[in-house]
Amino acid sequence: MPESVTNTKRAAKAPGLLSNSGTTAIGKANKKSTQGPVITTKSTDTYHPGSLLSVASLNLSDISHILQLAFELDSFSVKRRSKQLEGRRTALLFYESSTRTRTSFELAAKQLGATTTLVSDKSSSIEKGESLKDTGLTLRALGAECIILRHPSSGAPAQLARFTGLPVLNAGDGPHEHPTQALLDLRTMLANGIGYKGPVNARTYEGHLNPTTLVKKNIVIVGDILHSRVARSNALLLPKLGANVIFCGPEELLPDHAAQIGPGVSIERDFNAALRSADVVMMLRIQKERLAGLEIDLNEYIADYQLNQTRLAAHAPKALVMHPGPIIRGLELTSEVADGPQSAIEEQVRHGVAIRMAALVRALGGKKKKTKGERK
Amino acid sequence: MSEKPILIRGGLLIDPASGIEANHDILLRDGLVAAIEKPGALTGVIQHEQPELIDACDLTIAPGLIDIHVHLREPGQTHKETISTGTRAAAAGGYSTVCCMPNTAPVNDTADWTAWMQAPERDGAVRVHPIAAATVSSMGEELTDYAALRDAGAVGVSDDGKPILGDEIMKAALYAAVSAGLPVIQHAEDTRLTGGCSMNAGPVAFRLGLRGMTVESEAAIVERDIRLLAEIERETGEHPHLHVAHISTARALNAVKSAKKQGLNVTCEVAPHHFALTDESVGDYDANYKMNPPLRADVDRTAMIEGLLDGSIDAIATDHAPHAEHEKEQEFERAPNGITGLETALGLALKLLHRQHKMPLSRVINLLSTQPASILNLAGRGGLVVGAPANVVIFDPNAEWVFRSRRSRSKSKNTPFDGWRLPGPVHCTICEGRVVYSVI
Repeated sequence: MPESVTNTKRAAKAPGLLSNSGTTAIGKANKKSTQGPVITTKSTDTYHPGSLLSVASLNLSDISHILQLAFELDSFSVKRRSKQLEGRRTALLFYESSTRTRTSFELAAKQLGATTTLVSDKSSSIEKGESLKDTGLTLRALGAECIILRHPSSGAPAQLARFTGLPVLNAGDGPHEHPTQALLDLRTMLANGIGYKGPVNARTYEGHLNPTTLVKKNIVIVGDILHSRVARSNALLLPKLGANVIFCGPEELLPDHAAQIGPGVSIERDFNAALRSADVVMMLRIQKERLAGLEIDLNEYIADYQLNQTRLAAHAPKALVMHPGPIIRGLELTSEVADGPQSAIEEQVRHGVAIRMAALVRALGGKKKKTKGERK
Repeated sequence: MSEKPILIRGGLLIDPASGIEANHDILLRDGLVAAIEKPGALTGVIQHEQPELIDACDLTIAPGLIDIHVHLREPGQTHKETISTGTRAAAAGGYSTVCCMPNTAPVNDTADWTAWMQAPERDGAVRVHPIAAATVSSMGEELTDYAALRDAGAVGVSDDGKPILGDEIMKAALYAAVSAGLPVIQHAEDTRLTGGCSMNAGPVAFRLGLRGMTVESEAAIVERDIRLLAEIERETGEHPHLHVAHISTARALNAVKSAKKQGLNVTCEVAPHHFALTDESVGDYDANYKMNPPLRADVDRTAMIEGLLDGSIDAIATDHAPHAEHEKEQEFERAPNGITGLETALGLALKLLHRQHKMPLSRVINLLSTQPASILNLAGRGGLVVGAPANVVIFDPNAEWVFRSRRSRSKSKNTPFDGWRLPGPVHCTICEGRVVYSVI
């Protein structure tokens, strides 16, 4: 059993770092009372419990657990880290191109001592017409214990998890979800003092993640919400910790019913107004072709929704600027902003490795006993 | 007919056509209903004719169900279903008549194919009435020969799945169909608005990251077709019959309601899944919840129930659409549309309409048999009167059963209702005097 999974007690014995909001609640007592608004999906029990398919099916205790694991794994020595999943086998199954997600999953697995195999649609039997199910069964037969899937079709990870019975980590499925991205975004926010003032450590997460952790915090997500899995995962994750998520964009890229995705989500079409309330502003990549297809004038879009230094200084001089990447400089944001002091874009990427290590340990940690109430 | 006569005794006979709802015995002879009498009155027949006796004590006897919208996949897609397997599923579901859509491979757009589907070699367990293509290859460009199709046995024309979008061709189809005495059955979907869509548009589709078909994409075609009907009436005095297939939205139903008020000849059907399920069920990306029209929002589902209760929906039809497991196991967006439905329709109608909404049994039978027969002018069917074809279903509305897809008679098992507990197990189905399904 990997040490990192069960050392809650040791983490809890660390010198007290919790002070704000007067909470001293640590560990299990708090776990039970921290059920966020959970959107239940039926027959969750047909999936391997180590799967990470959607933020929608995570409760607050799952989220705390993952962030805590990320902290612990990150703080281990290189050698200790490399023992965590020594000799375990993971497969990266990528039906779409990716730099950040693929590389950080790969680095995460390698740092933990696991082996990874990359299978991409361009250089495999997928090109010959092999189905998702058969590809999954083949990887399982070859000894893969966990599959990390990036796929252009929404729902493919859930299907693969049903077909194989293996833990499947969703590395982005169509416009549906990108759970590890949202979790690393949350880690980035906490590390930057959003909703928490003070050092971040395992105990912080354990005791501090509750339905009010991000209360009164406004997270503005801007751009092509309609096609963004990052927007959906964040909109489902952050309100579980009390945050307000404000979607911002033109109607073609942000339908009115997007606000019904879950509690704590609203729409503000005026970017400047949204910025004035923002604690975090998360910009999304804009595809030129998509704008053209929707007959949105590029210059008009830039005038209305680009995050540039003037706009940032005027309306949100203290907000944290985030972007899941890849960024298109000069389109959704300017270089000045991307490289500026408010930007956490590179930091997000760094947090990604730790979150993905945690997702892998959670998937492969194996004999960990389920915490009561953690998962039905 | 060499079949033995059949005497069904002791059951409650419900015939919406004649308004009978009483304990009656019924004698079937030579493929026809020979006598319907008070309990015991036909006892003399037993010694005289030695009929096969069916004890229907505590059971309900009704005219065999009629499904005016099924896909039997033959010719061309026999890995999904054949006329033989599909009609056996129909028999198990209480149906003695099915009307099969023309989207086979090749498309049924000729008298020859229409006749082929009804040939004894197809081994249909129940009566098959083809619905032929309204345009050649269902391409929406050139009308087929409606009179020839009718003479070969077609009971309607439709390009189901490939709606007729052009105004002129749709108008021509309605006009030609009225001359041939056939209804035009339209799958109402403006496919110019639904490219790449795999479920209902709305908040659920947004959350799941799937492109959604809007309510407008259905309603716009229904509204357009009704406008064309009115034009033809005005211009020619003809009274063409438009039948709206598998209606699924409140807005399209409102259009049908107001057309009926205007006296236009419009009818519509609804599929059981559209009054039993909503788009929330798509949550796990199980393609057994994927069909076209898609499962809609609850406001639409409720409107379907209301339309059935208030009579504005004329019939329940299954849109039985079998697909092989490997086809349904693809990515949700890639998986084909459709679910099987022949064995669950009666149970779902009884569960949702009779039990939950207190619809009388005779109304349920009316929607599943009498009115479907009348929509497609299936003479003598949909009722139990002396001289009518001996089509009978015997079921138990007071008992329950559990539907198991693996035990389905259909060649395909793509259903969202696996494991559902439903009322009304079918005990016996009789088609033209032959027992085609029986657990008695």
